[in-house]
Amino acid sequence: MAIADAPLTGSRSTGAALLALAIGLFLIVFLVVPVGTVIYVAFTEKGGGGFTLVNFLDFARTDLFVRSFWNSIYVSAMTVLWSSAFALPLAYLTTRFEFRGTALVQTLGFLPLVMPPFVGAVAMQLLFGRNGTVNLLLDEWFDFKIGFMEGLNGVIFLQAIHYFPFILVNLSAALRNIDRAMEEAAQNLGSHGLRLFRRIALPLALPGYVAGASLVFVKVFDDVASPLLLNVKEMLAPQAYLRITSIGIDDPMGYVIAVVLIVIAVATMWASAWVLQGKDYATTQRGGGGLARRKLTRPQSIAAYALVVFILALVLAPHLGLLLLSLATVWSFSPLPDGYTIAHYARVLGDSSVYITNTLLYSGMAAAIDVVLGGAIAYLVLRTRLPGRSALDWGAGAALAVPGVVLGIGYLRAFYGVKLPDGTPLAALWIMIVLAIAIRRLPYALRAAYAALQQISLSLEEAAENLGATKARTVRRIVIPLMTGGLLAGFVTSFATAAVELSAVLMLVQNNSDAPLSYGLYVLMQTPAGRGAGAALGVIAVLIVAICMGASQLLADRSQRARGLDI
Amino acid sequence: MSVAMSRAVSIDIEGINLSYGSTHVLKDVDLAISPGEFFAFLGPSGCGKTTLLRLIAGFAQAQTGRVKLDGQDVAGLPPWKRDVGMVFQSYALWPHMTVAQNVAFGLEERRRPRAEIDARVAKALELVGLSDYAQRRPAQLSGGQQQRVALARTIAIEPKVLLLDEPLSNLDARMRVSVRRELRALQQRLGLTTIFVTHDQEEANTISDRIAVMNAGTIQQVGTPMELYERPANLFVASFLGSANILDGSAGVAVPAGQKLVFRPQHAALAPVAGATMSGPVTHREFLGATVRYGVRVGASEVLVDSPFQSGGELHGVGDTVGVMLPEQRRLYLPA
Repeated sequence: MAIADAPLTGSRSTGAALLALAIGLFLIVFLVVPVGTVIYVAFTEKGGGGFTLVNFLDFARTDLFVRSFWNSIYVSAMTVLWSSAFALPLAYLTTRFEFRGTALVQTLGFLPLVMPPFVGAVAMQLLFGRNGTVNLLLDEWFDFKIGFMEGLNGVIFLQAIHYFPFILVNLSAALRNIDRAMEEAAQNLGSHGLRLFRRIALPLALPGYVAGASLVFVKVFDDVASPLLLNVKEMLAPQAYLRITSIGIDDPMGYVIAVVLIVIAVATMWASAWVLQGKDYATTQRGGGGLARRKLTRPQSIAAYALVVFILALVLAPHLGLLLLSLATVWSFSPLPDGYTIAHYARVLGDSSVYITNTLLYSGMAAAIDVVLGGAIAYLVLRTRLPGRSALDWGAGAALAVPGVVLGIGYLRAFYGVKLPDGTPLAALWIMIVLAIAIRRLPYALRAAYAALQQISLSLEEAAENLGATKARTVRRIVIPLMTGGLLAGFVTSFATAAVELSAVLMLVQNNSDAPLSYGLYVLMQTPAGRGAGAALGVIAVLIVAICMGASQLLADRSQRARGLDI
Repeated sequence: MSVAMSRAVSIDIEGINLSYGSTHVLKDVDLAISPGEFFAFLGPSGCGKTTLLRLIAGFAQAQTGRVKLDGQDVAGLPPWKRDVGMVFQSYALWPHMTVAQNVAFGLEERRRPRAEIDARVAKALELVGLSDYAQRRPAQLSGGQQQRVALARTIAIEPKVLLLDEPLSNLDARMRVSVRRELRALQQRLGLTTIFVTHDQEEANTISDRIAVMNAGTIQQVGTPMELYERPANLFVASFLGSANILDGSAGVAVPAGQKLVFRPQHAALAPVAGATMSGPVTHREFLGATVRYGVRVGASEVLVDSPFQSGGELHGVGDTVGVMLPEQRRLYLPA
């Protein structure tokens, strides 16, 4: 046995090792080097001197940056707070009570993926701003206005509406996974109501809550475009962008801010991991059958529906506003647009259609790269004993901690000096945009690949090998066909979310003809004249993403059912 | 000792009907359980035994009927006001609390002073022999220890009655025997009225004073383990408790119309064909230790007969034609 096995092991590890090496090289060149460059520049004297901390001192001495830093912390924390306020009652309501709106509420979970906050920022301004629909009506009927969108509040409001579903989805899943006997045992011992929630349900669901909350915190902290579109410049991520674009790529302050962004992202993830240490209860619980849902009394039921309708209205507001804006002739100082037209769609599908074709091209390429890399890494990690395989996993996952704007700055700096034969810098090439998007989406594709591979029992592969298939042929004939459904779903998800990726793109677009849709939308939204067309682009983006997400869901479901694989 | 002081109460279940949608889970259930009794609900899965237990704890609502504890109707009381201690099949120990915190939970919910809580937690843990494990997390304990923590957590509140939902099903076979003895001994010391749900007849027989055998939502028979074994009220009880041969007239033995002949394998004996009650070829033979079990084809049925095993004794082989002797007093006729 051992003798016969030996040569096989040899050839098997050579192939796997080469694959691992290639992936490692890719990650080093397009993730480690750019991010390393950013960190390196932040710690060196301007003009290429030695190691210094003076840039960080400058940062700490500049009022604008310190203020921006605290603003960003404040906005992120408040967004988490408001998101929790929306998500907690909804999650508890839909997982513990007989409630007819459950499916509807849980569907909301996909909305933030369909539309990132910057897309709806201007529409929100028109609906909730000082002279927006809601305030005009309030003023007319009750003679007062509410400053929903004033300064930082506007950013918090916008972000909370967009990101609370991240908490909702994670928290609901966690609540659903709790063995119902856990709560029944507490009731049996005399506990009920809010005390029961606080002492048993909430602590057991804490991992899900913290996962969602930390994600929201980091996403808000790293967001460049939403504050800028709401005309809020004194936040950290926007400052990084403004600094680099207005002063140039040699100014160290942009890099210092980038390092601060990375540190905050890493610290948030580390803190959430620390809080959750030893608290992964999911594995220690035996499934206890379906949850016994409790009945709502009539007044409770009315309150519950009112709450859901209110939150639904808020969540759908940016979408509705965007649609109105894309069809409006003129919309300002009035509750609704003055008139309606489809001219904006004609414009973006006509001379601005390059944005759309670019988006389809870039997202498609990035998603393809991600699926290939993700599938390969998943296989190497789960099915081989190659030394260093966990480094690949770690490296690909580390992309999560790198804010888009930082990656963009890193690409600019690292690849600007590299010139092509005709003299154009490598960083100006559109392919760089594709690679940046691919790196940004890789962690998500990787997760899909892991899920797909974990569902394939090892014995299926062993059976093929037992019948004489080599490792390589087993992968080709057994593993890849079985993973197809999961990988395809991963491709579609990556594609969809790549289509609305902006923060890295913002740094890398050199001219309009290379720009994807998200960039075009951002530029158009800056001017009142471009808003209609920008909104039309936004609606198209939302449609692309929504269709893709639906397709992905369908694919995942169908492939699972077809193969009789259980989750 | 305060933990053992609780006064035993009776449980009366009267005319219970319970449906989930169109599924009729419990049908006209009546039961009277005496104070201090160790009572078992025994039946196959889906027979309604766990639902009946959950009904007593307040986790299910019946459409008709009453549950009385100590003569008091508890219909309107939610689970947290019933004072019935339940040990869950999965134990349901909270992983975010230590053993001591788990045991203290019910007392904290009753707003007892800290000193009293600490004393009663220590007492309860001592009772189950886990005093040294107070600061551990449930995940650090073995299955048997977790089971005892669940028990300590329940008896710490001095419940009126103790409900055990398949408490041994998550333990391995050897643990089961020792834990069920401990359970019985503990129940005797506390004098608590206890209901034990199980699908395992051996468990029910060894641990309980009386058993209610359930099937398809109805109670088939109530009695002591020996009564049920010796005088089953119907075919279901006869076949569910131990092995039973059930024959109709086609086997060549006289059976009254509309009835079946029931007897246990050890109550029949192999005999020469001449003069035997029935006869036929041996179809299989199983060695069980103290006995050898033969399958004998009689007419269209197969009859199991246990023969004492003696070393050096003669055995029948498959295919041998043998007679089966069944004494008159061992024949039981039950409605078909």
